[in-house]
Amino acid sequence: MAQSIAFYVLSTFILGFAVLVVTTRNTVHAVLFLVLNFLAVAALYVLLTAQFLAVIQVLVYAGGIVVLYLFVVMLVNLKRPPEDHMAPQRHNWIGFGLSALVLVELGAIIGYGAVAPAGPVGAQTSDLALNNVERVGMLLYTDYLIPFEVASMLLLVAMVGAIILAKREL
Amino acid sequence: MIDTYLIPLVKILFVLNATLIGVTYMVLLERKVIAWVQVRLGPMRVGPYGILQPIADAVKLILKEDITPTRADKWVFTAAPIIVMVPALITFAVIPFGPVVNLFGRQVPLYITDVNVGLLYIVSVASIGVYGIILGGWASNSKFPLLASLRASAQLISYEVAVTMTLVSMIMTAGTLSMVKIVESQYDQHLWFIFVQPVAFVLFFIGGLAETNRAPFDMAEAEQELTGGFHTEYSGMRFALFFLAEYANMIVVSSVATTLFLGGWLAPFPNVGWLSFLGYVPSWMWFLLKTFAFLYVFLWVRATLPRYRYDQLMRLGWKVLIPIAIANVVVTGIVKVLF
Repeated sequence: MAQSIAFYVLSTFILGFAVLVVTTRNTVHAVLFLVLNFLAVAALYVLLTAQFLAVIQVLVYAGGIVVLYLFVVMLVNLKRPPEDHMAPQRHNWIGFGLSALVLVELGAIIGYGAVAPAGPVGAQTSDLALNNVERVGMLLYTDYLIPFEVASMLLLVAMVGAIILAKREL
Repeated sequence: MIDTYLIPLVKILFVLNATLIGVTYMVLLERKVIAWVQVRLGPMRVGPYGILQPIADAVKLILKEDITPTRADKWVFTAAPIIVMVPALITFAVIPFGPVVNLFGRQVPLYITDVNVGLLYIVSVASIGVYGIILGGWASNSKFPLLASLRASAQLISYEVAVTMTLVSMIMTAGTLSMVKIVESQYDQHLWFIFVQPVAFVLFFIGGLAETNRAPFDMAEAEQELTGGFHTEYSGMRFALFFLAEYANMIVVSSVATTLFLGGWLAPFPNVGWLSFLGYVPSWMWFLLKTFAFLYVFLWVRATLPRYRYDQLMRLGWKVLIPIAIANVVVTGIVKVLF
Protein backbone atom coordinates (compact mmCIF):
# COMPACT_ATOMS: atom_id res chain seq x y z
CA MET A 1 0.00 0.00 0.00
CA ALA A 2 2.65 2.50 1.08
CA GLN A 3 4.75 1.34 -1.86
CA SER A 4 1.95 2.04 -4.32
CA ILE A 5 1.38 5.52 -2.89
CA ALA A 6 5.10 6.24 -3.08
CA PHE A 7 5.18 4.95 -6.65
CA TYR A 8 2.32 7.14 -7.82
CA VAL A 9 3.64 10.23 -6.03
CA LEU A 10 7.10 9.69 -7.53
CA SER A 11 5.68 9.05 -10.99
CA THR A 12 3.68 12.27 -10.78
CA PHE A 13 6.86 14.13 -9.87
CA ILE A 14 8.87 12.48 -12.63
CA LEU A 15 6.29 13.24 -15.32
CA GLY A 16 5.68 16.74 -13.96
CA PHE A 17 9.37 17.61 -13.98
CA ALA A 18 9.76 16.08 -17.44
CA VAL A 19 6.97 18.31 -18.76
CA LEU A 20 8.55 21.32 -17.06
CA VAL A 21 11.93 20.51 -18.68
CA VAL A 22 10.48 20.90 -22.17
CA THR A 23 8.06 23.76 -21.46
CA THR A 24 10.26 26.09 -19.39
CA ARG A 25 11.53 29.11 -21.32
CA ASN A 26 14.64 29.67 -19.20
CA THR A 27 17.24 27.07 -20.19
CA VAL A 28 18.97 26.98 -16.81
CA HIS A 29 15.64 26.33 -15.12
CA ALA A 30 15.00 23.52 -17.61
CA VAL A 31 18.33 21.91 -16.69
CA LEU A 32 17.45 22.20 -13.00
CA PHE A 33 14.12 20.49 -13.56
CA LEU A 34 16.07 17.76 -15.35
CA VAL A 35 18.14 17.28 -12.18
CA LEU A 36 14.97 17.03 -10.09
CA ASN A 37 13.61 14.52 -12.59
CA PHE A 38 16.76 12.37 -12.28
CA LEU A 39 16.59 12.52 -8.48
CA ALA A 40 12.98 11.37 -8.53
CA VAL A 41 13.95 8.49 -10.85
CA ALA A 42 16.69 7.57 -8.36
CA ALA A 43 14.06 7.47 -5.61
CA LEU A 44 12.00 5.16 -7.82
CA TYR A 45 15.01 2.84 -8.10
CA VAL A 46 15.29 2.75 -4.30
CA LEU A 47 11.62 1.79 -4.20
CA LEU A 48 12.48 -1.16 -6.47
CA THR A 49 15.32 -2.14 -4.05
CA ALA A 50 17.91 -1.28 -6.70
CA GLN A 51 20.01 0.89 -4.39
CA PHE A 52 23.15 0.54 -6.46
CA LEU A 53 21.39 1.78 -9.57
CA ALA A 54 19.84 4.63 -7.60
CA VAL A 55 23.19 5.80 -6.26
CA ILE A 56 24.82 5.52 -9.69
CA GLN A 57 21.91 7.44 -11.19
CA VAL A 58 22.54 10.31 -8.78
CA LEU A 59 26.33 10.13 -9.14
CA VAL A 60 26.57 9.88 -12.93
CA TYR A 61 23.49 11.65 -14.24
CA ALA A 62 22.39 14.14 -11.61
CA GLY A 63 25.86 14.88 -10.27
CA GLY A 64 28.02 14.50 -13.37
CA ILE A 65 26.44 14.81 -16.77
CA VAL A 66 23.91 17.51 -15.94
CA VAL A 67 26.67 19.64 -14.39
CA LEU A 68 28.27 19.67 -17.84
CA TYR A 69 24.92 20.59 -19.40
CA LEU A 70 24.72 23.44 -16.94
CA PHE A 71 28.21 24.62 -17.90
CA VAL A 72 27.29 24.65 -21.57
CA VAL A 73 23.98 26.40 -20.98
CA MET A 74 25.54 29.02 -18.73
CA LEU A 75 28.48 29.77 -21.02
CA VAL A 76 26.60 29.79 -24.33
CA ASN A 77 24.45 32.84 -24.82
CA LEU A 78 20.88 31.65 -25.37
CA LYS A 79 19.21 34.98 -24.75
CA ARG A 80 17.75 35.49 -28.24
CA PRO A 81 14.32 33.96 -28.87
CA PRO A 82 14.51 30.49 -30.42
CA GLU A 83 12.20 31.39 -33.37
CA ASP A 84 15.01 33.31 -35.05
CA HIS A 85 17.15 30.38 -35.99
CA MET A 86 14.91 27.53 -36.93
CA ALA A 87 12.36 26.73 -39.57
CA PRO A 88 9.27 25.96 -37.48
CA GLN A 89 7.54 23.90 -40.15
CA ARG A 90 10.27 21.33 -40.65
CA HIS A 91 10.89 20.85 -36.93
CA ASN A 92 7.20 20.31 -36.33
CA TRP A 93 7.14 17.40 -38.76
CA ILE A 94 10.16 15.71 -37.21
CA GLY A 95 8.59 16.25 -33.80
CA PHE A 96 5.31 14.72 -34.91
CA GLY A 97 7.12 11.72 -36.36
CA LEU A 98 9.16 11.10 -33.22
CA SER A 99 6.13 11.53 -30.96
CA ALA A 100 4.14 9.08 -33.06
CA LEU A 101 6.98 6.58 -32.83
CA VAL A 102 7.12 6.88 -29.02
CA LEU A 103 3.32 6.60 -28.86
CA VAL A 104 3.37 3.38 -30.89
CA GLU A 105 6.17 2.05 -28.69
CA LEU A 106 4.25 2.85 -25.49
CA GLY A 107 1.13 1.26 -26.92
CA ALA A 108 3.07 -1.86 -27.79
CA ILE A 109 4.51 -2.09 -24.26
CA ILE A 110 1.11 -1.62 -22.64
CA GLY A 111 -0.50 -4.09 -25.04
CA TYR A 112 2.23 -6.66 -24.42
CA GLY A 113 1.87 -6.16 -20.65
CA ALA A 114 -1.87 -6.78 -20.88
CA VAL A 115 -1.42 -9.94 -22.98
CA ALA A 116 1.51 -11.47 -21.08
CA PRO A 117 1.28 -10.62 -17.39
CA ALA A 118 4.62 -10.03 -15.69
CA GLY A 119 6.19 -12.72 -13.56
CA PRO A 120 6.30 -12.49 -9.78
CA VAL A 121 8.20 -9.27 -9.09
CA GLY A 122 9.95 -8.93 -5.76
CA ALA A 123 10.36 -12.65 -5.09
CA GLN A 124 14.03 -12.19 -4.25
CA THR A 125 13.87 -8.64 -2.99
CA SER A 126 15.24 -9.39 0.47
CA ASP A 127 18.28 -11.05 -1.05
CA LEU A 128 18.63 -8.21 -3.55
CA ALA A 129 18.48 -5.58 -0.84
CA LEU A 130 21.27 -7.31 1.06
CA ASN A 131 23.71 -7.96 -1.77
CA ASN A 132 22.74 -5.43 -4.38
CA VAL A 133 26.24 -4.42 -5.41
CA GLU A 134 27.58 -7.98 -5.45
CA ARG A 135 24.68 -9.17 -7.56
CA VAL A 136 25.11 -6.41 -10.11
CA GLY A 137 28.86 -7.04 -10.24
CA MET A 138 28.43 -10.79 -10.72
CA LEU A 139 25.92 -10.25 -13.53
CA LEU A 140 28.14 -7.72 -15.25
CA TYR A 141 31.11 -10.08 -15.24
CA THR A 142 29.24 -13.26 -16.18
CA ASP A 143 26.04 -12.96 -18.21
CA TYR A 144 26.59 -9.45 -19.53
CA LEU A 145 30.35 -9.51 -19.99
CA ILE A 146 30.36 -8.71 -23.72
CA PRO A 147 27.98 -5.71 -23.49
CA PHE A 148 29.96 -4.48 -20.50
CA GLU A 149 33.26 -4.70 -22.38
CA VAL A 150 31.75 -3.08 -25.47
CA ALA A 151 30.46 -0.19 -23.35
CA SER A 152 33.91 0.20 -21.78
CA MET A 153 35.52 0.28 -25.24
CA LEU A 154 33.00 2.88 -26.37
CA LEU A 155 33.80 5.10 -23.41
CA LEU A 156 37.53 4.70 -24.00
CA VAL A 157 37.13 5.66 -27.66
CA ALA A 158 35.06 8.69 -26.66
CA MET A 159 37.73 9.70 -24.14
CA VAL A 160 40.57 9.41 -26.65
CA GLY A 161 38.48 11.30 -29.20
CA ALA A 162 37.79 14.11 -26.76
CA ILE A 163 41.49 14.43 -25.95
CA ILE A 164 42.43 14.57 -29.64
CA LEU A 165 39.74 17.18 -30.32
CA ALA A 166 40.87 19.30 -27.37
CA LYS A 167 44.60 19.07 -28.10
CA ARG A 168 45.20 19.66 -31.79
CA GLU A 169 48.94 19.06 -31.62
CA LEU A 170 50.00 16.27 -29.31
CA MET B 1 6.92 0.86 16.36
CA ILE B 2 9.56 2.24 18.72
CA ASP B 3 12.38 0.48 16.90
CA THR B 4 11.29 1.42 13.38
CA TYR B 5 10.13 5.02 13.83
CA LEU B 6 10.84 6.57 17.22
CA ILE B 7 14.51 5.64 17.71
CA PRO B 8 15.62 6.59 14.18
CA LEU B 9 13.76 9.90 14.51
CA VAL B 10 15.43 10.68 17.82
CA LYS B 11 18.79 9.74 16.31
CA ILE B 12 18.23 11.95 13.26
CA LEU B 13 17.25 14.89 15.44
CA PHE B 14 20.25 14.35 17.68
CA VAL B 15 22.75 14.01 14.83
CA LEU B 16 21.37 17.04 12.96
CA ASN B 17 21.51 19.27 16.01
CA ALA B 18 24.91 17.99 17.09
CA THR B 19 26.21 18.66 13.56
CA LEU B 20 24.83 22.18 13.46
CA ILE B 21 26.24 23.01 16.89
CA GLY B 22 29.53 21.41 15.88
CA VAL B 23 29.56 23.49 12.70
CA THR B 24 29.02 26.77 14.55
CA TYR B 25 31.72 25.90 17.05
CA MET B 26 34.08 24.93 14.20
CA VAL B 27 34.06 28.62 13.28
CA LEU B 28 35.19 29.53 16.77
CA LEU B 29 37.76 26.75 16.79
CA GLU B 30 39.14 27.94 13.48
CA ARG B 31 39.49 31.49 14.73
CA LYS B 32 41.11 30.28 17.94
CA VAL B 33 43.56 27.94 16.20
CA ILE B 34 44.59 30.52 13.63
CA ALA B 35 44.95 33.12 16.35
CA TRP B 36 47.13 30.70 18.28
CA VAL B 37 49.33 30.07 15.23
CA GLN B 38 49.65 33.82 14.71
CA VAL B 39 50.35 34.44 18.43
CA ARG B 40 47.09 36.30 19.04
CA LEU B 41 44.28 35.60 21.46
CA GLY B 42 41.38 35.36 19.01
CA PRO B 43 37.82 36.15 20.13
CA MET B 44 37.84 36.84 23.86
CA ARG B 45 34.96 39.25 24.52
CA VAL B 46 31.76 37.19 24.27
CA GLY B 47 31.67 34.89 27.26
CA PRO B 48 34.75 33.40 28.94
CA TYR B 49 37.49 32.92 26.32
CA GLY B 50 34.97 33.91 23.66
CA ILE B 51 33.02 30.71 24.07
CA LEU B 52 29.67 32.33 23.23
CA GLN B 53 31.02 33.94 20.04
CA PRO B 54 29.19 31.52 17.66
CA ILE B 55 25.85 32.37 19.27
CA ALA B 56 26.54 36.09 18.93
CA ASP B 57 27.53 35.52 15.28
CA ALA B 58 24.35 33.57 14.59
CA VAL B 59 22.14 36.26 16.15
CA LYS B 60 23.94 38.93 14.14
CA LEU B 61 23.59 37.02 10.86
CA ILE B 62 19.89 36.34 11.40
CA LEU B 63 19.20 40.01 12.19
CA LYS B 64 21.10 41.31 9.14
CA GLU B 65 19.15 42.55 6.15
CA ASP B 66 18.66 39.82 3.59
CA ILE B 67 19.33 41.37 0.18
CA THR B 68 18.37 39.82 -3.17
CA PRO B 69 19.91 41.70 -6.11
CA THR B 70 17.28 43.18 -8.44
CA ARG B 71 18.53 41.40 -11.56
CA ALA B 72 19.04 38.11 -9.75
CA ASP B 73 17.08 34.98 -10.56
CA LYS B 74 15.02 34.95 -7.36
CA TRP B 75 14.12 31.27 -7.13
CA VAL B 76 17.55 29.94 -7.96
CA PHE B 77 19.18 32.60 -5.78
CA THR B 78 17.11 31.39 -2.82
CA ALA B 79 17.58 27.72 -3.58
CA ALA B 80 21.38 27.77 -4.00
CA PRO B 81 22.37 28.00 -0.28
CA ILE B 82 19.83 25.28 0.52
CA ILE B 83 21.22 23.02 -2.22
CA VAL B 84 24.70 23.44 -0.72
CA MET B 85 23.57 22.78 2.85
CA VAL B 86 21.25 19.80 2.45
CA PRO B 87 23.73 17.28 0.91
CA ALA B 88 26.26 18.15 3.60
CA LEU B 89 23.72 17.29 6.29
CA ILE B 90 22.12 14.16 4.83
CA THR B 91 25.52 12.50 4.44
CA PHE B 92 25.51 11.91 8.19
CA ALA B 93 22.77 9.32 7.66
CA VAL B 94 25.34 6.60 6.88
CA ILE B 95 28.26 7.63 9.09
CA PRO B 96 28.73 5.16 11.95
CA PHE B 97 29.51 6.88 15.24
CA GLY B 98 29.70 3.58 17.10
CA PRO B 99 28.67 -0.07 17.05
CA VAL B 100 25.38 -1.47 18.32
CA VAL B 101 25.27 -0.63 22.01
CA ASN B 102 22.98 -1.51 24.89
CA LEU B 103 21.10 1.67 25.79
CA PHE B 104 18.45 1.52 28.53
CA GLY B 105 18.00 -2.21 27.98
CA ARG B 106 17.59 -1.83 24.23
CA GLN B 107 20.00 -2.70 21.39
CA VAL B 108 20.61 0.62 19.67
CA PRO B 109 23.06 1.04 16.77
CA LEU B 110 24.99 4.30 17.00
CA TYR B 111 24.36 5.10 13.35
CA ILE B 112 21.20 6.22 11.62
CA THR B 113 21.27 3.57 8.94
CA ASP B 114 23.65 1.09 7.37
CA VAL B 115 22.98 0.75 3.65
CA ASN B 116 24.91 -1.64 1.44
CA VAL B 117 25.98 1.24 -0.84
CA GLY B 118 27.06 3.56 2.00
CA LEU B 119 30.29 4.87 0.55
CA LEU B 120 28.79 5.38 -2.92
CA TYR B 121 25.87 7.17 -1.29
CA ILE B 122 28.27 9.66 0.28
CA VAL B 123 30.08 10.24 -3.02
CA SER B 124 26.86 10.74 -4.96
CA VAL B 125 25.28 13.03 -2.39
CA ALA B 126 28.47 15.09 -2.30
CA SER B 127 28.33 15.44 -6.08
CA ILE B 128 24.93 17.16 -5.75
CA GLY B 129 26.46 19.91 -3.60
CA VAL B 130 28.26 21.31 -6.67
CA TYR B 131 24.93 22.66 -7.95
CA GLY B 132 24.58 25.03 -5.03
CA ILE B 133 27.91 26.65 -5.87
CA ILE B 134 27.30 26.90 -9.63
CA LEU B 135 23.78 28.22 -9.18
CA GLY B 136 24.73 30.63 -6.41
CA GLY B 137 27.23 32.26 -8.74
CA TRP B 138 24.98 32.19 -11.78
CA ALA B 139 21.81 33.44 -10.09
CA SER B 140 23.57 36.48 -8.64
CA ASN B 141 23.75 37.86 -12.21
CA SER B 142 27.15 39.35 -11.55
CA LYS B 143 30.49 38.72 -13.23
CA PHE B 144 32.77 37.88 -10.32
CA PRO B 145 30.46 35.38 -8.61
CA LEU B 146 29.93 33.65 -11.97
CA LEU B 147 33.67 33.36 -12.57
CA ALA B 148 34.22 32.15 -9.02
CA SER B 149 31.49 29.54 -9.28
CA LEU B 150 32.93 28.25 -12.57
CA ARG B 151 36.32 27.96 -10.93
CA ALA B 152 34.92 26.27 -7.85
CA SER B 153 32.83 23.78 -9.77
CA ALA B 154 35.67 22.91 -12.16
CA GLN B 155 37.86 22.32 -9.12
CA LEU B 156 35.23 20.18 -7.39
CA ILE B 157 34.62 18.04 -10.47
CA SER B 158 38.34 17.50 -11.07
CA TYR B 159 39.13 16.48 -7.52
CA GLU B 160 36.00 14.37 -7.27
CA VAL B 161 37.55 12.04 -9.86
CA ALA B 162 40.73 11.60 -7.81
CA VAL B 163 38.83 11.07 -4.56
CA THR B 164 36.45 8.56 -6.13
CA MET B 165 39.35 6.59 -7.62
CA THR B 166 40.97 6.59 -4.18
CA LEU B 167 37.76 5.30 -2.66
CA VAL B 168 37.73 2.48 -5.24
CA SER B 169 41.03 1.19 -3.85
CA MET B 170 39.61 1.47 -0.33
CA ILE B 171 36.54 -0.52 -1.36
CA MET B 172 38.85 -3.20 -2.78
CA THR B 173 40.79 -3.33 0.49
CA ALA B 174 37.70 -3.52 2.67
CA GLY B 175 35.68 -5.71 0.30
CA THR B 176 32.47 -3.84 1.08
CA LEU B 177 30.69 -0.53 0.53
CA SER B 178 28.88 -0.44 3.86
CA MET B 179 30.44 2.04 6.28
CA VAL B 180 29.81 -0.21 9.28
CA LYS B 181 31.34 -3.23 7.56
CA ILE B 182 34.40 -1.19 6.56
CA VAL B 183 35.09 -0.51 10.24
CA GLU B 184 34.42 -4.13 11.13
CA SER B 185 36.79 -5.35 8.44
CA GLN B 186 39.52 -3.15 9.93
CA TYR B 187 38.88 -4.94 13.22
CA ASP B 188 39.07 -8.32 11.50
CA GLN B 189 42.26 -7.49 9.61
CA HIS B 190 43.88 -6.24 12.87
CA LEU B 191 44.98 -3.06 11.11
CA TRP B 192 43.70 0.40 10.50
CA PHE B 193 43.57 0.95 6.75
CA ILE B 194 45.88 3.95 7.02
CA PHE B 195 48.71 1.40 7.41
CA VAL B 196 47.41 -0.70 4.50
CA GLN B 197 46.77 2.22 2.15
CA PRO B 198 48.99 5.15 3.12
CA VAL B 199 49.00 6.54 -0.44
CA ALA B 200 45.23 6.47 -0.56
CA PHE B 201 45.12 8.28 2.77
CA VAL B 202 47.28 11.15 1.49
CA LEU B 203 45.29 11.35 -1.76
CA PHE B 204 42.00 11.34 0.12
CA PHE B 205 43.14 14.07 2.47
CA ILE B 206 44.39 16.35 -0.32
CA GLY B 207 41.22 15.66 -2.30
CA GLY B 208 39.16 16.38 0.80
CA LEU B 209 40.85 19.76 1.24
CA ALA B 210 40.06 20.60 -2.39
CA GLU B 211 36.49 19.32 -2.24
CA THR B 212 35.65 21.39 0.80
CA ASN B 213 37.21 24.49 -0.80
CA ARG B 214 39.64 24.79 2.06
CA ALA B 215 43.07 26.40 2.00
CA PRO B 216 45.39 25.88 0.12
CA PHE B 217 42.68 25.13 -2.46
CA ASP B 218 40.24 27.90 -1.53
CA MET B 219 40.24 29.36 -5.04
CA ALA B 220 36.48 29.84 -4.82
CA GLU B 221 36.92 32.71 -2.41
CA ALA B 222 40.10 34.43 -3.54
CA GLU B 223 39.32 37.94 -2.31
CA GLN B 224 42.05 39.73 -4.23
CA GLU B 225 40.97 38.27 -7.57
CA LEU B 226 37.23 37.78 -7.24
CA THR B 227 36.07 40.37 -4.68
CA GLY B 228 35.03 37.45 -2.51
CA GLY B 229 33.73 34.46 -4.41
CA PHE B 230 30.54 32.84 -5.63
CA HIS B 231 28.78 34.21 -2.54
CA THR B 232 29.69 37.88 -3.14
CA GLU B 233 26.08 38.95 -3.66
CA TYR B 234 24.72 37.05 -0.67
CA SER B 235 24.07 38.61 2.69
CA GLY B 236 22.76 37.69 6.11
CA MET B 237 21.82 34.12 6.89
CA ARG B 238 22.01 32.94 3.27
CA PHE B 239 25.65 33.98 3.14
CA ALA B 240 26.16 32.15 6.42
CA LEU B 241 24.56 29.00 4.99
CA PHE B 242 27.36 28.72 2.41
CA PHE B 243 29.92 28.86 5.17
CA LEU B 244 28.04 26.51 7.45
CA ALA B 245 27.90 24.07 4.55
CA GLU B 246 31.65 24.37 4.08
CA TYR B 247 32.26 23.52 7.73
CA ALA B 248 29.68 20.74 7.62
CA ASN B 249 31.52 19.31 4.62
CA MET B 250 34.76 19.47 6.57
CA ILE B 251 33.12 17.42 9.30
CA VAL B 252 31.83 14.98 6.67
CA VAL B 253 35.27 14.53 5.10
CA SER B 254 36.84 14.09 8.53
CA SER B 255 34.23 11.52 9.56
CA VAL B 256 34.62 9.59 6.32
CA ALA B 257 38.42 9.66 6.65
CA THR B 258 38.11 8.44 10.24
CA THR B 259 35.82 5.61 9.20
CA LEU B 260 37.92 4.57 6.21
CA PHE B 261 41.45 4.98 7.48
CA LEU B 262 41.48 5.32 11.26
CA GLY B 263 39.20 2.49 12.23
CA GLY B 264 36.07 4.55 12.95
CA TRP B 265 34.86 3.91 16.46
CA LEU B 266 37.56 1.30 17.26
CA ALA B 267 40.02 2.02 20.03
CA PRO B 268 43.68 2.09 18.92
CA PHE B 269 45.06 -1.47 18.64
CA PRO B 270 41.86 -3.23 19.70
CA ASN B 271 43.57 -6.62 19.40
CA VAL B 272 46.58 -5.93 21.63
CA GLY B 273 46.08 -7.41 25.09
CA TRP B 274 47.83 -4.96 27.36
CA LEU B 275 46.19 -1.99 25.62
CA SER B 276 42.70 -3.29 26.35
CA PHE B 277 42.19 -0.56 28.99
CA LEU B 278 41.67 1.82 26.04
CA GLY B 279 38.37 0.01 25.51
CA TYR B 280 36.94 1.68 28.63
CA VAL B 281 36.65 4.92 26.66
CA PRO B 282 33.26 4.75 24.91
CA SER B 283 33.40 3.95 21.19
CA TRP B 284 31.71 7.19 20.06
CA MET B 285 34.32 9.08 22.05
CA TRP B 286 37.09 7.52 19.97
CA PHE B 287 35.23 8.43 16.82
CA LEU B 288 34.83 12.04 17.91
CA LEU B 289 38.48 12.27 18.99
CA LYS B 290 39.76 11.02 15.63
CA THR B 291 37.39 13.28 13.70
CA PHE B 292 38.48 16.21 15.82
CA ALA B 293 42.12 15.45 15.07
CA PHE B 294 41.33 15.60 11.35
CA LEU B 295 39.46 18.87 11.74
CA TYR B 296 42.43 20.29 13.60
CA VAL B 297 44.73 19.35 10.69
CA PHE B 298 42.34 21.16 8.31
CA LEU B 299 42.73 24.35 10.36
CA TRP B 300 46.45 23.84 10.79
CA VAL B 301 46.91 23.55 7.02
CA ARG B 302 44.91 26.72 6.50
CA ALA B 303 47.08 28.60 8.97
CA THR B 304 50.30 27.30 7.40
CA LEU B 305 50.03 27.07 3.61
CA PRO B 306 49.48 29.84 1.06
CA ARG B 307 46.86 29.54 -1.64
CA TYR B 308 47.60 27.66 -4.86
CA ARG B 309 47.47 29.44 -8.20
CA TYR B 310 44.54 28.18 -10.27
CA ASP B 311 46.56 26.50 -13.05
CA GLN B 312 48.80 24.86 -10.47
CA LEU B 313 45.71 23.54 -8.73
CA MET B 314 44.35 22.02 -11.91
CA ARG B 315 47.71 20.57 -12.85
CA LEU B 316 48.03 18.97 -9.42
CA GLY B 317 44.56 17.50 -9.70
CA TRP B 318 44.76 16.08 -13.20
CA LYS B 319 48.43 15.31 -13.69
CA VAL B 320 49.46 14.17 -10.23
CA LEU B 321 46.54 13.05 -8.07
CA ILE B 322 44.45 11.23 -10.67
CA PRO B 323 47.36 9.18 -12.13
CA ILE B 324 48.55 8.24 -8.63
CA ALA B 325 44.99 7.30 -7.65
CA ILE B 326 44.61 5.08 -10.73
CA ALA B 327 48.03 3.49 -10.14
CA ASN B 328 46.98 2.88 -6.55
CA VAL B 329 43.87 1.02 -7.72
CA VAL B 330 45.97 -1.13 -10.05
CA VAL B 331 48.56 -1.91 -7.36
CA THR B 332 45.81 -2.73 -4.85
CA GLY B 333 44.24 -5.09 -7.37
CA ILE B 334 47.56 -6.85 -8.07
CA VAL B 335 48.32 -7.23 -4.35
CA LYS B 336 44.79 -8.49 -3.73
CA VAL B 337 45.16 -11.15 -6.42
CA LEU B 338 48.67 -12.25 -5.43
CA PHE B 339 48.19 -12.49 -1.63
